[in-house]
Amino acid sequence: MSHHQPIGGRLLTLPFLFLSALALIAIYILIERFTTGLGAVTALNDGFPWGIWVVYDIVVGTAFACGGYVLALTVYIANKGKYHPLVRPALLASLFGYSLGGLGAVIDMGRYWNFYQMFNPGQMNFNSVMLEVGLCVSAYSLVLMIEFLPVIFEKFRAHEWKARLEKVLFIFIAIGVLLPTMHQSSLGSLLIAMGGKVHPLWQSAHLMPVLALTTAILMGFCIVIFEGSMAAVGLRQPSETHMHRGLIKVISGLVLAYLVVRLGDLLMRGVLGYAFDGSLQGNMFLLETTLFVLPLAILTNKGWNRQGRFLLIAAVSLLLAGALYRFNAFLIGFDPGDGYIYFPSVKEILVTIGVVAIEILGYLFFVRLFPVMPKHAVHGTAQA
Amino acid sequence: MNRRDFLKVAGSGALIASTSTTSPSAQARGNLEVSSEAVGMLYDSTLCIGCRACVYKCKEVNDMPAVERDGEVQWDQAEELSGDTLNIIKAYKHGSAETKNSAEDGFAFIKRNCMHCVDAGCVSVCPVSAMIKDPKTGIVSHDPDACIGCRYCVGACPYNVPKYEFDDAFGQIQKCQLCNQKGVERLDKGMNPGCVEVCPTGANIYGTREELLQEAKRRLALKPGEDYTYPLERISSTYGHVKAAPDYTQHVFGEHEGGGTQVMVIAGMEHTKLGLPDLPDRSYASVSETVQHTIYGGMLAPAGVLAGLLYFARRNTSDENSGDDNEGGES
Repeated sequence: MSHHQPIGGRLLTLPFLFLSALALIAIYILIERFTTGLGAVTALNDGFPWGIWVVYDIVVGTAFACGGYVLALTVYIANKGKYHPLVRPALLASLFGYSLGGLGAVIDMGRYWNFYQMFNPGQMNFNSVMLEVGLCVSAYSLVLMIEFLPVIFEKFRAHEWKARLEKVLFIFIAIGVLLPTMHQSSLGSLLIAMGGKVHPLWQSAHLMPVLALTTAILMGFCIVIFEGSMAAVGLRQPSETHMHRGLIKVISGLVLAYLVVRLGDLLMRGVLGYAFDGSLQGNMFLLETTLFVLPLAILTNKGWNRQGRFLLIAAVSLLLAGALYRFNAFLIGFDPGDGYIYFPSVKEILVTIGVVAIEILGYLFFVRLFPVMPKHAVHGTAQA
Repeated sequence: MNRRDFLKVAGSGALIASTSTTSPSAQARGNLEVSSEAVGMLYDSTLCIGCRACVYKCKEVNDMPAVERDGEVQWDQAEELSGDTLNIIKAYKHGSAETKNSAEDGFAFIKRNCMHCVDAGCVSVCPVSAMIKDPKTGIVSHDPDACIGCRYCVGACPYNVPKYEFDDAFGQIQKCQLCNQKGVERLDKGMNPGCVEVCPTGANIYGTREELLQEAKRRLALKPGEDYTYPLERISSTYGHVKAAPDYTQHVFGEHEGGGTQVMVIAGMEHTKLGLPDLPDRSYASVSETVQHTIYGGMLAPAGVLAGLLYFARRNTSDENSGDDNEGGES
């Protein structure tokens, strides 16, 4: 009755226990954060209000969680039904990416007990990009949960509920495409108001939302390839390379479009020279650009782009490129002046590692026990 | 969805987006205008003797602890604005540091505190309206009961003024509120801000932005060496002292910077030497809000896109529902 099945297997494997330990360390540090303040565990300071908890857990983390978004766009809006088997695993990863991004926001919030003020119409400031991001990310997390509900209903054989939900699911699918389009672009717009504190190589002002959205969509496609490859190797799932190959065209097109806008913007503003001034920022820009260009070479090479491992290399390179673009814009290229510097503390890094561990743990839990992965016999026959 | 359908959707979205930009609600926003009753301060670096009485008084008014150095409190040793220090005097030194107000082999002082921007970045970016600009006085104040502690205001302030108390489990944002916040209300009582009241040389005076700007320009027009009566506390004050005018740098910092500020600075050297940033005349807040309202003005563009998405999502999922299996798709 379903095209999906739990993959089963033992839950308490050695990697599972290792990840649990990492999660526990993060929770221990978070107790310290909530009892003694942000300064006790982070390297945040009066010049750098945002560190890796914002930049990795939210800005990069939710871009990594765009798999569900881009597949909804591909399958339900562009009607490419052949990618349907990829939807559920991507949705699950997105659900965890976004929920933990939201959790990261609360952890980082200096006055988290006032969080509800964001939903208080009397306090909302519609000029604020942050308001849009906050509301959109919260709403999208809810939408992701609803989109995932059929899996839960299927598991517990609540077929009537499932049928009822599926009649209106298209509404949530549509909203679930609109919301990430809005907040992923806005995550880039956050930096416009920072003005001159953001290095000219990354302060693209009006183009910020375009660049942020393009890279988020790119990262969404690449995370689908990455997670599919990991599942094939780590969870002994049938290879999905044949489906991933279909994404080459759209990925290459997006990279090309991105590079044209990005480099065109730098040329128009006459700041491309900073790339070659030998500074840390200049070199990081060159590294970032290389990570974008390299995959283009791989993906357009007829000999390479048929092989799963080259596809994976290209996907990983683009994931790193998109992440580095965000790190560069928010932290490495951010200079508040007055001599402030920031480098994440060990405890800060351990919390972020713990959050990633919780994501993987949740993913493993659900794919083993719930019907998330495509059933081999139906969809995998040709390749299995 | 085939390519033509996609282009239709993309086209209608773009059309709605472009029409919404021309609607009055979403026009490019320029800098905010200064209120006619806006108040502020004028700091004349050439008059400042670096006594830091203002730093001490500020802590007294705001009930904040003095900074210790070598285990003891000596007057106040704060070196940078912080959650405990809302006002500070910094020194510029060069070479032998012999001549006051000289960039070469000289020294000078600069007072740093909230500039009470005309078009304040912190106010524009705060998601919960916890940063408030008084529509009349233009004073930028803060409401900790609304604040969620996201610290966007910290990043969006070109002067690094708002400070979050990182060393407190329940920390809050601190900034200069021109001594008129709830419980202090010095201005409402007819008094001057604490830092103005104690300044012995009139280096820091209080008034409306308009009169302060006029005063600043009067001073810049003085011939070096010419006698001038410098008032204490306010321009209209009967107390003042006569002093030979210095060689002013012809620039009122805050007249235009980032859309203008209500706390302005004049000095005997370039503002960048004193640690004040170079800022474009157009406020960053106006750029940010223009982009935001171009995309979301009246929510027309998102609504249009959503309509298209609903249409396709419904059409492309109903194929599945009509089949013998509601999960299938066309694999």
